[in-house]
Amino acid sequence: MSLRIGIDVGGTHTDAVILDKDNKLVAAYKTPTTPDVTTGIINALNGVLRESGVDPSEIRAAMLGTTHCTNAIVERKRLTKVGVLRLGKPATLAVKPLTTFPEDLRKVIGNVWRIIPGGHEYDGREISPLDEGEVEKFAEEAVKQGVEAIAICGVFSPVNPDHEKRAYEILAEKLGSRIPITLSHEIGSIGLIERENAAILNAAVVKVAESAIDAFVKAMKEAGIEKAKLYLTQNDGTLMSVEYAKRYPIRTIASGPTNSIRGAAFLTGLTDGVVVDIGGTTTLVGMIVKGFPRESAIAVEIGGVRTNFRMPDLISIGCGGGSLVKVLDGGIEIGPESVGYELTTKGIAWGGDTLTTTDIALAGGYAKIDDPRINLDRLKHLDPDLVSKAIAKIIERVEGCIDKIKTSPEPVPVVLVGGGGIILPPYYYDKLKGVSKVIRPEHFQYANAIGAAIAQVSGEIDRVFSLERMSRDEAIKTAKEMAINEAIKAGAKPDTVEVVDIEEIPLAYLPGNAVRIRVKACGKLII
Amino acid sequence: MRLLNKESVEDIAIGAAILGTGGGGDPYIGKIMAMNAIEEEGPITLLDPSEVPDDALIIPTAMMGAPTVLVEKIPRGDEILEALRALERRFGKKAYATISCEAGGVNSTVPLAVAARLHIPVVDADGMGRAFPEIQMVTFHLHGITASPMAMADEKGNAVLIEAIDNYWVERISRAVTVVMGGSAMIALYPMTGAQVKEAAIPRTITLAEQLGRTVREAREKKKDPIKEVLKIVNGFELFKGKIVDVQRRTVAGFARGEARLEGIDEYKGDELIIRFQNENLVAIRNGRIIASVPDLITVLEIETGLPITTEGLKYGYRAVVVGIPCHPKWRTPEGLETVGPKYFGYDIEYVPIEERMRGYT
Repeated sequence: MSLRIGIDVGGTHTDAVILDKDNKLVAAYKTPTTPDVTTGIINALNGVLRESGVDPSEIRAAMLGTTHCTNAIVERKRLTKVGVLRLGKPATLAVKPLTTFPEDLRKVIGNVWRIIPGGHEYDGREISPLDEGEVEKFAEEAVKQGVEAIAICGVFSPVNPDHEKRAYEILAEKLGSRIPITLSHEIGSIGLIERENAAILNAAVVKVAESAIDAFVKAMKEAGIEKAKLYLTQNDGTLMSVEYAKRYPIRTIASGPTNSIRGAAFLTGLTDGVVVDIGGTTTLVGMIVKGFPRESAIAVEIGGVRTNFRMPDLISIGCGGGSLVKVLDGGIEIGPESVGYELTTKGIAWGGDTLTTTDIALAGGYAKIDDPRINLDRLKHLDPDLVSKAIAKIIERVEGCIDKIKTSPEPVPVVLVGGGGIILPPYYYDKLKGVSKVIRPEHFQYANAIGAAIAQVSGEIDRVFSLERMSRDEAIKTAKEMAINEAIKAGAKPDTVEVVDIEEIPLAYLPGNAVRIRVKACGKLII
Repeated sequence: MRLLNKESVEDIAIGAAILGTGGGGDPYIGKIMAMNAIEEEGPITLLDPSEVPDDALIIPTAMMGAPTVLVEKIPRGDEILEALRALERRFGKKAYATISCEAGGVNSTVPLAVAARLHIPVVDADGMGRAFPEIQMVTFHLHGITASPMAMADEKGNAVLIEAIDNYWVERISRAVTVVMGGSAMIALYPMTGAQVKEAAIPRTITLAEQLGRTVREAREKKKDPIKEVLKIVNGFELFKGKIVDVQRRTVAGFARGEARLEGIDEYKGDELIIRFQNENLVAIRNGRIIASVPDLITVLEIETGLPITTEGLKYGYRAVVVGIPCHPKWRTPEGLETVGPKYFGYDIEYVPIEERMRGYT
C-alpha cells in the first residue's frame, strides 16, 4: 500500500492528512503550530500516524505547504544579503536594480549590483555578447561585499536564457556551491523590473527556506518516515522537489490559499467552479479552472515590491464569522473590523457586547454552534428588521465576490469552506445569484493539507516567439511541447501530462511578427 | 512657469493612463525614469505655452514601438537625449524646450525625463490630448508641421535621421526602423518653433493629467467617489456603469483589435454597452446606438478606485464606469476627422460630437 501525506503549516495550526493511492482520506490531524516549526510538524505527523495506525514505511510521498518565505519578506526578518547581476548593457541603465524596493527592505538586502553587457532582443538576437570578464569581476565584488546569495537577470531571458545560464556557470565555478544563485527566467515572465525583483526576493529567502525545508526533512526522519519522497507545494498548486524548492523558494509564497482552493476542489470533485473560504476575519474567493486556481494577470506586490510573479487570482473582503455588524445612517455595515479569535468572549451570544455576523447567523436561526457558553436568549433583544437586513448584506457581499471572480455569465457551482461559512444561510444556497449549487464538503477544515497531498507536477513556459521564421500554429505547437517536456522533467508520469492553460498575447504597436505565448502542462506524480 | 516634483510625476502618470483611452502603453517605466532624473537633477520646469518665445526651437520627444518591449528592454536612459541632439545638430541650434506628442500613456512621462536630464523646460501641452497609434495622428500634422527631420536612437548608440516626403512616409519608415532596433526606439520629431507650438499644440494637458491623477489619488485616500470629480475636470460624461461580461480579441497587422461587452448595473440595469477597440477604445455602442466615437475619448475606469483599465487589461468580471470625454476641437475639423475620425479606423459612421450624442440621454 503506498500512501501520501500532506502537511500544512499555518499561522495557528499545523495539519497533516494521509491519503491512499486512490486519493481516499485515511486520517487527518490538527495541532498548534510551534515557534520552531519542526516540533509542530513532528506532532502532526505522529498524531496522524497514530490516528490511522499506518506503518511509517508505507508513506511514499510527503508534501509540505508553508508560509515561511511569505512571512520572512513581510516581516523583513532572516533575509540574506543579495548581489544582483543584470545582463543588458547598454540597455536598461535608466532604471537600476533595487531602485523600486522600499527603503527598509533595501537595508536588509543590501545594494550590491552590476549591469554588464549581455541580454537579448524580443526576437532572440543578442543585444550584446555576454562579457564574461565582467561576470568574473562581479564574483570578486560579491565575495568582497559579503553577499550571501545572487540573482541574475538578463533582458528577454524568457525568450533566450543562454546568457543567464552562462553567467551562472561562471559564477558557480568561481564561488562554488556556498552561494546560491537564482536565474530570473526560471521564475518570472516578461517585464524586466518585475522579474528581477522576483529573482532578488527569491535569493533573499533562500536561507529561510533552507532551514524550513531542513526542519521538514528532519521531522520526517524523526517520525520514522524514511521511504517517502519529499516535496513542497507551489503557488500554482503543483509540486517541486526539495532540491528545487531550496533554489526557488519564492514559488511557495501563495501556496496557502492555493492549497485551500485545490483541496476544496478535490473534496467535492469539482474541476471548474468557485471556492468561497469564509474565515474569521476575511472571505477569500478564488476560481478553479480545470482543477487549478486561476492565476492573476496583473503585477502583484509582495512586501511592497512590484513583481510579475504568478499568483492565484483571489478576491478578499473583510467579511468573516467574527466581523463587526454596525448600523450606519440607517444602513448596515459589515467589517472589515473583526473580533477574530475573541468571538467566544466578545460575541453577544457568548455574553459579550460586540454584534458580530455569527450573532446574526444565530439570531437568524440557521446557524447551530455546539458550545455550552452560548445563550440564545441574549440575542432576543435584536431588532428582527436589523437581523434580516444584516443577513441580506452578508449574502450581497458574498454574491458580489462570486460575481467578480467568475469568467462567464453562466451560473457556476460554489464550494463553501472555512469555519466562518456558517454565516451564509443554507436556505439561501439555491437562491445565490449566478450560482448553480453550493457544496459544503466533509473535512473542509483540512482543505489546505489535502490540497498539498493531491498536488500534481507541472511544467510551463512563457516566451516571445518571432513569427518571421515560423507560423503562429508552429509557435503554439513548439510552446506546448516545451511545457510538456518541462512537466515530465519535473517528475510527471508522461501519459498523464496534459496542457491546462494556453495564453497568447500579441505585441501591440509592432507589425504582427511577434507573439508572447504562455503554456502550462500538468501531470500526475510518479510514486 | 512652475516646477514638477516626484509627486507631480506620480499623479501625471495616473492622469496619463486616463487620457490613454485604454492604450498608449503603461506610463510606469517612463515614470520611474522621470522620477530618478528628478532625484538626481532636481525638479522639472513646466512652461505654459504662452511663456514660450515665438522663435524658440521646441523638439518633441517620445518612445515608439511596443510597450511590451519597453518594459523588458528598458532604455539606457540617454538614447532619447541622443535623438534630440541629432536634431539639434541638424538645425545647428539648441532646443529651448521639449514637449510631449501624446499626453495619454507612456509618452506623457518620457519628455519629463528628458527635461530633467537636460535642464530644459517641458511645455505644458501635447499633440493629441489623448493616445493614438500612429505618427501623423497629432495636431502638429493638422497644422502642416512635418514630422521630419525625425531622429531615432537605440540603446546601442545607433541613430537614424529620417527625411521623408510626408508624415505618412515618416510613419512607415520609422515603424520599420523600430523593428530593427529591437521593437522599441526613442524618437525626436516634429521640430517646431514656439509660435507653432502656440498654434498647433493642445495646451495645458500635462497640468490636466496631473489634476486627474491627483483627484483619483486623493479620492482613494479619502475613500470618495473619484469618477464624479474626474468628469467635472474634463467636462466628461458618464456613458455607462456595468460589469464586463465578454471580451473578444484578435490581432490584425500588429494591432490588438477587439470588443468588450458590459451589462448595466444600478440605473443602467437591463442595458448593454459594447466598446470596440484597436489598442485604444474607439467606439461605444449602447443598446445598438452609438453614443461615443473616436476622436472623443472613451475610457474605462474601475468602479471603486477610479483607476483606468487598459484594453489589454479588460477582462470578465470587472465593474467599471465608462466615461466619454470631448476631444480637443482641433480633431473635430475636416482635416482632424480625416486623420483620426471613425472612418480612418475602418468604421463607416459619421462623427458626431459626444455632447450632441449625449443630449438625448441627459
